[in-house]
Amino acid sequence: MSGSTTRNFKSNAARELANDTLRAALTKSKGHFTEGRSTAAENLPEFEALRDQSRDIKNHTIEHLDFYLEAYEEKVRESGGHVHWARTAEDARQIVLEICRSVDAKAVNKGKSMISEECEINEMLEANGIRAVETDLGEYIIQLRGEKPSHIIAPAVHLTKGQVEESFRANHTHLDPDRVLEEPPTLLDEARTILRKKYFEAEVGMTGANLLIAETGSSVIVTNEGNGDLSQLIPKVHIVLASVEKIVPTLEDAATILRVLARSATGQEFSSYTTLSTGPKREGDTDGPEQYHVILLDNGRTDMIGTEFQEMLRCIRCGACMNHCPVYQSVGGHAYGWVYPGPMGSVLSPGLLGVDEAGHLPNASTFCGRCEEVCPVRIPLPKMMRNWREQEFEKHLSPGAARAGLGLWAFMAKRPKLYQLVTGVQMRLLARLGRAQGRVSSLPLARGWTKYRELPAPEGRTFQSRWKSGERPL
Amino acid sequence: MSDSNREAVLGSLRRALGRDAPVDEDTAAKLRARMTGHARNIVPARTALDDAGLVELFETMAQKVHATVAHVASMDDVPGAVGEYLRGENLPSEIVMAPDATLDAAPWSDNSLLEIRRGAPVESDQVSVTSAPAAVAETGTLAMYSGPDHPATLNFIPETHVVVLPAGRVVKSYEDVWDSIRAQASDPESGRGGQLPRTVNFVTGPSRSGDIEQTLLLGAHGPRRLHIVIVDGE
Repeated sequence: MSGSTTRNFKSNAARELANDTLRAALTKSKGHFTEGRSTAAENLPEFEALRDQSRDIKNHTIEHLDFYLEAYEEKVRESGGHVHWARTAEDARQIVLEICRSVDAKAVNKGKSMISEECEINEMLEANGIRAVETDLGEYIIQLRGEKPSHIIAPAVHLTKGQVEESFRANHTHLDPDRVLEEPPTLLDEARTILRKKYFEAEVGMTGANLLIAETGSSVIVTNEGNGDLSQLIPKVHIVLASVEKIVPTLEDAATILRVLARSATGQEFSSYTTLSTGPKREGDTDGPEQYHVILLDNGRTDMIGTEFQEMLRCIRCGACMNHCPVYQSVGGHAYGWVYPGPMGSVLSPGLLGVDEAGHLPNASTFCGRCEEVCPVRIPLPKMMRNWREQEFEKHLSPGAARAGLGLWAFMAKRPKLYQLVTGVQMRLLARLGRAQGRVSSLPLARGWTKYRELPAPEGRTFQSRWKSGERPL
Repeated sequence: MSDSNREAVLGSLRRALGRDAPVDEDTAAKLRARMTGHARNIVPARTALDDAGLVELFETMAQKVHATVAHVASMDDVPGAVGEYLRGENLPSEIVMAPDATLDAAPWSDNSLLEIRRGAPVESDQVSVTSAPAAVAETGTLAMYSGPDHPATLNFIPETHVVVLPAGRVVKSYEDVWDSIRAQASDPESGRGGQLPRTVNFVTGPSRSGDIEQTLLLGAHGPRRLHIVIVDGE
């Protein structure tokens, strides 16, 4: 897959850790989403039970996904819409291009869609002389900068307002260069004014979907800005690009998932805009699109069904796992090298790209388990990361040093006497090294660790030797 | 291309699910019954309130997300309340209004200060006035359905959106809204012909963005202001 640098996770992460501007941006956002989520969860006594039900709804749907997809397709057709099936990202690009060409489109307005990033729709459109206009504020900013999103719900979370100002000044050259543009409200106003014009120019509007409802043939988007709605209501064609696992059976099931989605994502009880779209405009309607197309994308997802990674398909893309992940919060989203960062990305990317390409990512975890604790659909992310690590090891893809280290450890672990002897010596050595300060700040062979943090000095004896000498906890 | 893709995706799915064919007839019947049974999942208990309590909860929740709320006694008072709000916020008195029957019941022509056009908005429209067929107390959410009497762009293009809400339309949950759109779809008088409206908009407060340093800003692309006039006597 082009565009992925997941293989370079280690060097990507090292680069990002040295980026002070990224540090500043991540520090500012830190706590914002996590506190929001925990307050929202506290304010809803049924939250935990709703998470269980959301998990069960998704499990039920995946077990009968072929049935629900066909039911959904029938309903979309009944309401006057079109359904297209895409086995691969290339299929999706071809279908989008054909639709755009059929209406001689010069511009496509886009609501934020990670599937569109996955399929690299913008690159395809530009290569075919069609302007792709990202209308979500965060997506607009990173499109100006030629960057990729670093977070699935806050694409520009890695940037400071100073960087946004710089990009606006560099791109909006028709505006007064002496204008005041320092604070977020003035930046937003400028983007609003510029994008407002563009809503009325495009022939095609494109959105993703947070949910597809089999009962009614509706697609659902959940947003705060209103750009997704303007993008789909004003142009004459609305294209929905959604992956197959977005289906839920009924409106009631959608309500349940919507109750956990915004709370888990931003800590809002409900997002500003939750919109159900069903078919094209009806007779007598004075606005709305004349054509409604849904592209159902597989791109490797059905291959995850029936494997130990099936549960990943429950994911509703709230971003809670990355908001709570100490690794993501340190290295940011770009280090992961592809569309989906953080714990959900570390599980999904190897599934979609292959373990050869993205098998590195599951190592980017401290296994603290917070991702699983906050996942609204209770995906066992740490367990799945371990499963990928196992596959990586079995396929001999893990680095030589790691393999040698594990081999050495296994050799000793099978020889208790030797193990006790070696660890005993190590403990005494480490204790002596750190005696002066109570911590070890530089350690041969472990500089990757000690460069960024210090190791507390051990007391000098191992647990086993203390146990043997009769020490017992009180 | 599409048809072979369709077969490939469905085939791959069925193999992965351990069967080479569609679900058997018994299972299909059960799944169809699940889809048409409209069984509710957990609905939060916070809406176990009487009618007055629901309106109060709706108002509190809407204000929490920066909507503003005013009360009037009857539809007769609506034009005055809208005019007063626009003056108070220093907003223009030209409005684009949904051509809907609820709003027809208010005496707009008595208020000579308001300049009203009915229909869909254009780019330059600053203020829209619509009603809402339902409002969800649970989260302070307005539910609006597109149709000839309510162009959906009225909810997004103008900078200020004023919503006239008869108090009796406040319901508990999203599930209550589902019931009402399904009932409307199958009601021959609605003209919906069994179909949902093209667009169902749940609107909870004005437009916002946190995309620049997670700073909450109102009015990203949709309305900067959402003002709700609750008509207590309706």
